[in-house]
This record gives sequence, structure tokens and C-alpha cells, in this order.
Amino acid sequence: MFKKFKHETIETNVGVLLVLTMLAVSVAGLVEIAPLFFLKNTVEDVEGVRPYTPLESRGRDIYIREGCYTCHSQMIRPFRDEQLRYGHYSLAAESKYDHPFQWGSKRTGPDLARVGGKYSNEWHVQHMIKPKSVVPESIMPNYPWLMTTQLDVSDLTGRLRAQRQVGVPYSANQEEYDANVKKFGEAVAKTLHIPDAQKNLVAQAQEGNFDGDRSSVSEMDALIAYLQVLGTMVDFSKIKPEDLVKYR
Amino acid sequence: MSATSAAASEQYDYDIIKKFSIMAIVWGVVGMFVGVYIASQLAWPFLNFDSPYFSFGRFRPVHTGAVIFGFGGSALFATSYYVVQRTCQTPLFARGLATFTFWGWQAVIVLAAASYVLGYSQGREYAEMEWPIDLLILFVWVAYMVVYIGTLMKRKQPHIYVANWFYLSFILVTALLHTFNNIAVPVDLFSMKSYSLFSGAQDAMTQWWYGHNAVGFFLTAAFLGMMYYFVPKHAGRPVYSYRLSIVHFWALSFMYMWVGTHHLHWTALPDWASTLGAAFSIMLLLPSWGGMINGIMTLSGAWDKLRTDPIMRFMIVALSFYGMSTFEGPLMSLKDVNALSHYTDWTVGHVHSGALGWVAMIAFGSMYHMIPKLWKTEMYSVRLINAHFWLATIGVLLYITAMWISGISQGLMWRAFDEFGNLQYSFVESVAAMHPFYAMRAIGGMFYLAGMCLMAYNVFMTIRQGVRAERAAGMSPVAAAA
Repeated sequence: MFKKFKHETIETNVGVLLVLTMLAVSVAGLVEIAPLFFLKNTVEDVEGVRPYTPLESRGRDIYIREGCYTCHSQMIRPFRDEQLRYGHYSLAAESKYDHPFQWGSKRTGPDLARVGGKYSNEWHVQHMIKPKSVVPESIMPNYPWLMTTQLDVSDLTGRLRAQRQVGVPYSANQEEYDANVKKFGEAVAKTLHIPDAQKNLVAQAQEGNFDGDRSSVSEMDALIAYLQVLGTMVDFSKIKPEDLVKYR
Repeated sequence: MSATSAAASEQYDYDIIKKFSIMAIVWGVVGMFVGVYIASQLAWPFLNFDSPYFSFGRFRPVHTGAVIFGFGGSALFATSYYVVQRTCQTPLFARGLATFTFWGWQAVIVLAAASYVLGYSQGREYAEMEWPIDLLILFVWVAYMVVYIGTLMKRKQPHIYVANWFYLSFILVTALLHTFNNIAVPVDLFSMKSYSLFSGAQDAMTQWWYGHNAVGFFLTAAFLGMMYYFVPKHAGRPVYSYRLSIVHFWALSFMYMWVGTHHLHWTALPDWASTLGAAFSIMLLLPSWGGMINGIMTLSGAWDKLRTDPIMRFMIVALSFYGMSTFEGPLMSLKDVNALSHYTDWTVGHVHSGALGWVAMIAFGSMYHMIPKLWKTEMYSVRLINAHFWLATIGVLLYITAMWISGISQGLMWRAFDEFGNLQYSFVESVAAMHPFYAMRAIGGMFYLAGMCLMAYNVFMTIRQGVRAERAAGMSPVAAAA
């Protein structure tokens, strides 16, 4: 049958050219991407990973707004030097509630996947206002406005609802709340309840005192709350390496 | 005979092409200026001015958006409308829609840049535009598709010329990529903020399927279309091999779509997916070089033109950079090389050897060929084109050399151990060591920008000369007939 085929048939017919091009470019997506949504071992089943609290989630919004991903990655690779410098290699599960992912592609600054708990809140405040004050060779821009800008919480519930729609288990009603209690425990489930979001956000900022000023909730509070939780959700002392191998 | 050829040039819609050409140059100047600016911020951080509106993180997508979609996109609209009309020997289908693509596309670039500076970003590289802008892009793109396919359908030639296959696949794939990579749920109808439908590993996969194929189709297939028209036309020689163009078109279209995962080596994406991407990346060398060979060999028999014609020089150097960066790409997609190169400036250098060396240079060559034809005149100054050529070439070389050195140094410093098995360098030591190379990169960018400014001046003078000649001819009908 191929003897009869002439490429001329394709190049004299727009319809045929269109359909064949479409076929040629679609195969990859179907074979390489589609399965990732269905294969169970794409994302590990580990304990501890939870959605961000309202304050952390707003901090993440600021991280995206300022384009932090243009210089910082959040994806530690399984190499000895990265293990020493940053910690355990990143798991897919650790970003399963990240819409969008922020793995990044460039390390003009260091990886941040496990920056949580590495520095004190005071250090972060200093560093965000003027990075050179704590790291003299740093080329990171100063972010003084984070300290002086009040966190906008007017559309907080809208933001959480939108994330709920794309699959993050924030609870909007009693039934979903109960499911979260089962899944994450009561303490976490409370922070994920949308009707109480504003109250929880203020409470976390007060208690955490991230920017050193309890009188109000600044953008600095939110961003540092986010940075301090990065990479801290999974307790690796409870996981045996062989449990993870099958996912790689 | 001369009367019919004059009528032939009147029958095409040149107005829309002129508009896109001018805007391509405007966005080239703006986008490259922003590029030099953010490069300088990395070398001299005080340039961030402690202001949210000037900080690197918000400005970087302004640069990528203005050069890829503003400069590259406008150049592609201009040349594709030119090529499709001339090879099909028919004016554009749906002229009104074509005009909409112009205003719509310019609006996209302006709105995107403004929104980034104001802090609206999806946080997805090269797709930072928030959902309302994404919708506008979709409308513009569907209009573009209708105009392009409509024009192909009413062609007066039985054959669809090879350049059009490439443009067509670019239009088709860009629609596909844009749609799937930007599925998101907005906070509400009046909010610019949205959250992507996918998360984590699947989101990373989708984004780099988009990211790499934006390179593959927006910055490669489409510019190959440009190459397939303007190189033979300018050299006055037929395309070297018809068979090679068929083989490499289908191979390129099929294989490119697989390779995005090489951006995710050693990450939490399943290993099989990134290995598959690496395998296809290596195979992709063949169709890429097929295109390069076909372009360069088209010139065989007319090599002497390289001595006298800077436009030809732009085209050949573009093809050479294309060959070089499509060799470097597969190399960097090998897992062991990638372990060193990923997250470093080497990637940035690689992108720019493709973008400045191949994409922009083939666009410069094609536009220097096309612009005098649009305004029915000659280029104002060939010497300025030559000066542009050398500024651009020196600029790229400085840029990529700086990034090779800094990229490989970063990779080596990060993984260096001392004799006790501890890390030899702290992270910030690697940052401090990069300063001279960041300065060198910024200087390379300045050279390139200077060349772009020369082009803007040269084109401005050319257009003025063309408009004045036309006006003079309009006043004396005898002169016009001659």
C-alpha cells in the first residue's frame, strides 16, 4: 500500500496536512503525560503532608507574586551534595497540594524546599528587608515593603474556595470537615475549615509572631509562615528508604 | 508584464505585515533593554531600587514576554502573513480578523507586562499571564488560525509550500499547549488571581511540556518556516533537498513533543518519564540538523554572497547557531550532564544561544529582506546592517561564553567536597564567584541591544525613504508608471 502513497497527497490538501500534523504531535502527550494522572505510584503515599493553612497559603501567593521561583528552586535532587546542603530529596507527595508547582528551574539563590525551621523568624525578617545585612555577598533584592504592607484578606475565602475546586481538601461544610478530621487530625482540620479561615489566619499570625509585630498581620507574616513550613511536613525519621524506592 | 507584476504586489495585504514588522522591532528594543536591565540587576543588585515595581522577580517575565511573544511573535505574524500570501498567490482570508490579531496581540503583550509589574503572575515560566490575558490570547490565536488556514484553502497553487507546513504546525501546537497549560480556576470573575487545575508532579509535567514545546514550535518550527522561505529567496537558489524537508518536518513535529521532561531529570517526576524525554531529546538531534543542513546547503553555489551581503551572513550564522544549540540541547538532556547543568547559568546560556543566535538572527535576516519589499524601496544603509551583524555576533558570543563559565563553575562548586568529605563551598561563595561573569553577560547583552537599536534606526530611515518616494510618485503619475 505504501507504493501508492505520495507525499504530494498531503501537500496538496490542507485537511489531510492538518489532521496528520495533529496526530503526529498528539502521541507524546497521550503516552507520556496522560498516564501520570492515572498511575498510582506517581505520587508517594506518605504521612504528614497537609494543605497550607490560610496564612501559609497567602504567603505562598506572595512568593508567586514576587517571582521568587525565578531564582529559587523547591526541588532537592537525590545527590550527596544536595542531601548535605539542603536535606532529604524532595518527594512528589510534598508538592501534591501545590497549585501551581514551584519546583523552579534556576538556583541563582539556594533551594528552598526544606528551608522551614532552618533560620529563625528574626533572621528571615532581617533577610527580607535587607539580605546583605545577614549574608554580605547576597545579590537578592531587598523586600522592605513586605513589612509595611498589611496582608489583604478581603478575598481569603475566595482564594481557598478556588483551591478547593481544583482539589485541595479545604472544607466548606461539616461533612468535609469531618473527613479532614479523619485524614489529618482535628488540629489540622480546624485550620482547613473555610468558614473560620480569617479567624485562623489572625490566630496563627498572633501565635507565630513571624514579623515580630503582633499588632497587625503584614505580608511579611504570611511569607515567613510559608517559608517556615516548607519541607517540614514529612518526618523522614519515620520512613524507611526502601519504602520510597518503588516510587522512583 | 511590468503592469501585471505591479498589480500582483498590490493584490496582497501588506498593511498588516507592515504593522507587525514595526512592532516586532519596537518589542525587540524594549524586550532586549529589559533583558540588559535584569542582567545588570544580577551583577549590581542596587538596580532593584528597593521597589516592588523594579525587582528582578517581577521584571524577569516582562523580559521573556516582550522578547518571545512581543518580538518573536510579531515577527512570526508578519512573516507568516507575508509568506502565506506570496506562496499561495492570494490575499489574506478574512482581513478583519487579521487586523484583530494585530491589535489583540499587541494588547496581550502590554497587558501581560503591566500585570507582572503590578504583581499578577501564574508563577509558570513563560506562561505567567493570568487567566483574562490567557483568554484574550486564545481568541487571538483562533482568529490567527482561521486567517492562516483560510488563506491556505483559497490558494491558487496546488501545492502548499514547505514553509507553510512549519507555520501551520506552530499555530496548531501553540493553541494546544496554551490551552492545556493554562487551565485554572479564578478566585472570582473580577479577580486576576487563579489557581492551576493541576498540582505538583503533574503540573510540572504539563508546564514543561508547554515550556519546551514553546521553544520547539514557537521558537523553532515557526522560525524554520521563516528560514524555508527567506533563505532560498534571498540566496536566489532552490531549497537544497525536498526529500530532507519532508523527513525532517515530520520527525521534528513528532519528536519535539516528547522531550519536555528533560527539564525534570532527578526530580520527583517518575524516572521513566524523564528517561523517555532524554531518549527523544537525543534522537531529536537528527531532524534538527536536517533542517540546518537543508538551510546551509541551499546556499551552496552562492557562497560568494557571504562576502558582500550582511543579510545572508545573518541567515547563515543563524543556521550555525541553530546547529550548535540543537547539539548542546541533547547533550544537556543526558542525565549525567544534566545533574551538573540543571539549575545553573548553563541553561540560561543555552537558551540564549538559541534565542539570540538562531531565533533573532534569522528574524533579522528575514526582516531586512522583507521590509524594503513592503515599502517598495531599498534598505537605507547596508553598512548599518553589517554593523548590526557584528554587534549581534559579538554580543551572543560574550553572553554564552560568560554563561558557560559561570554555569559549569556553579555546578562544580555546588558538588565539591573537601578532604574530610564536607561540602567545600557555601552556597553564597558560588554567588560571589559569579559576579565577573554576570557583568560580562550584561555587557554582551548591551552589544546585542546596540545592534537592535541600529536596526530600528535603519528601518525607520528605510520606511521614511519609501513613504517619501511613494508620495513623490503619487504627485507625478508618469514617474509611477516608469
